[in-house]
Amino acid sequence: MRFGNGIRLIGAYSLLMKRVLVRPEKGRIFWRYFFIELDKLCIKTIPLIMIISLAVGAVLVIQTASNLESPFIPKMYVGYMVRESLVLEFCSTLMALILAGKVGSNISSELGSMRITEQIDAMEMMGVNSANFLILPKITAATLFNPLMMLISFIFGLIGGWLMVIASGLITVEQYVDGLQFALNLYYIVYSMVKMAVFSFIITSVSSFYGYYASNGSLGVGQSSTRAIVVCSFMILIMNLVITNLML
Amino acid sequence: MIELKHIHKSFGDQQVLRDISTVFETGKTNLIIGASGSGKTVLLKTIFGLHQPDTGEILYDGTSFASLDFQEKQALRQQMGILFQGSALFDFATVEENVRFPMDFFTDWSPDQKRERVAFCLKRVNLNNVQNLYPSELSGGMQKRVGIARAIALNPKYLFCDEPNSGLDPQTAIVIDELIRELTCEYQMTTIINTHDMNSVMGIGDKLIFVYQGKKAWEGTKEEVIEADHPELNDFVFASKMAKQIRGLHQVSASNPRP
Repeated sequence: MRFGNGIRLIGAYSLLMKRVLVRPEKGRIFWRYFFIELDKLCIKTIPLIMIISLAVGAVLVIQTASNLESPFIPKMYVGYMVRESLVLEFCSTLMALILAGKVGSNISSELGSMRITEQIDAMEMMGVNSANFLILPKITAATLFNPLMMLISFIFGLIGGWLMVIASGLITVEQYVDGLQFALNLYYIVYSMVKMAVFSFIITSVSSFYGYYASNGSLGVGQSSTRAIVVCSFMILIMNLVITNLML
Repeated sequence: MIELKHIHKSFGDQQVLRDISTVFETGKTNLIIGASGSGKTVLLKTIFGLHQPDTGEILYDGTSFASLDFQEKQALRQQMGILFQGSALFDFATVEENVRFPMDFFTDWSPDQKRERVAFCLKRVNLNNVQNLYPSELSGGMQKRVGIARAIALNPKYLFCDEPNSGLDPQTAIVIDELIRELTCEYQMTTIINTHDMNSVMGIGDKLIFVYQGKKAWEGTKEEVIEADHPELNDFVFASKMAKQIRGLHQVSASNPRP
């Protein structure tokens, strides 16, 4: 029974994406809503990303420094490990899980409200491809811009670590900076940006799917929002494994 | 003109519409009436294509809706104006953007032409200085009027209204009814209204279809409904004490005409 439901969901999701991922009927309207969504889903999330990244960078410095007490391991490894932790997992995967909560619930509740108040029906009855009009700007804005958010998160994570180094004196700033520059592999940044683009597609498309097909009034909107976050998080973790296996 | 031929519609095991056939004429306000749960909303949504009938045919000016391909259906939909029960105005857009929405998608008009048309439509529904307001800033009656303005933005041939008076006070409801009737005559539209408001029935019911348990139980005009000898229809139309008294007075005056 559950397996059958899963297949049905995948089918419905694929059919929705078939309607979403087509050329917009009016380019001018698409770009107008693209920038609105860019502002709503990405730009307005930057302060949250900055604060979390600063805090995590600072905590990583303390945790790493307290675990590297051996005199045989150079102190600069604190900087190196903070950088690697940030770029490989935190700035893409954990940031995507945070965005799934914030952006995913926003999208699914917005579309769910539009569904139960018949706004989506009204668009369909006018002859507008509502799925394309409402969902495509969200997917494109997040998928194109969120890899840059990953970079912002990375930079602020490193700054957070640097501030903690200054504040705590666990290691010197020179050691921290040496560590950041040690064995730098730019491919990891590309890998992390690719992950973020894929995760952003998952967050926007899956939460749009649950919102677009919301039913049972305001209670249903809440349920669809919760389901969207759970499924997005699960999909992010699976795709993290897949992409890591493919790219590293 | 819209013609229904033997429409059946079920959801799972539940049969909602059973063999409904009728004709809705152009330039008239056609009312679908019936109790809550009788199937009238499903019937209206089936007529304008939101639901597909299981069997039967819907003809728009002689053309079967089912026989149209996707593009033709889209073109036909642009000739429909729909007023939903809750107005269904777009929350993210101002009043002006709501009314302009179909123009943005389906016309190549210049911004000035669109602005003029929006102003005309809003004036036609007696709304002034609301262009920059959002739907949440409007009263229920104003939202309905904006909904009507959006519905007539592209001069539709067919107008569908799902319970246009729900949630409105009696005076505002009459204003909305009269507005729909005026627009129907002015633009010679085929208008179908779904209602259980008796003021609407007696005020603008050029043609009435009574739906009972998914079937067309009766059809006629507002004049005929008073004389109708149909128990379910009478129970529905003359449910209130006041309506029963009015009917009694009407029957007394009809049987004792003044010399």
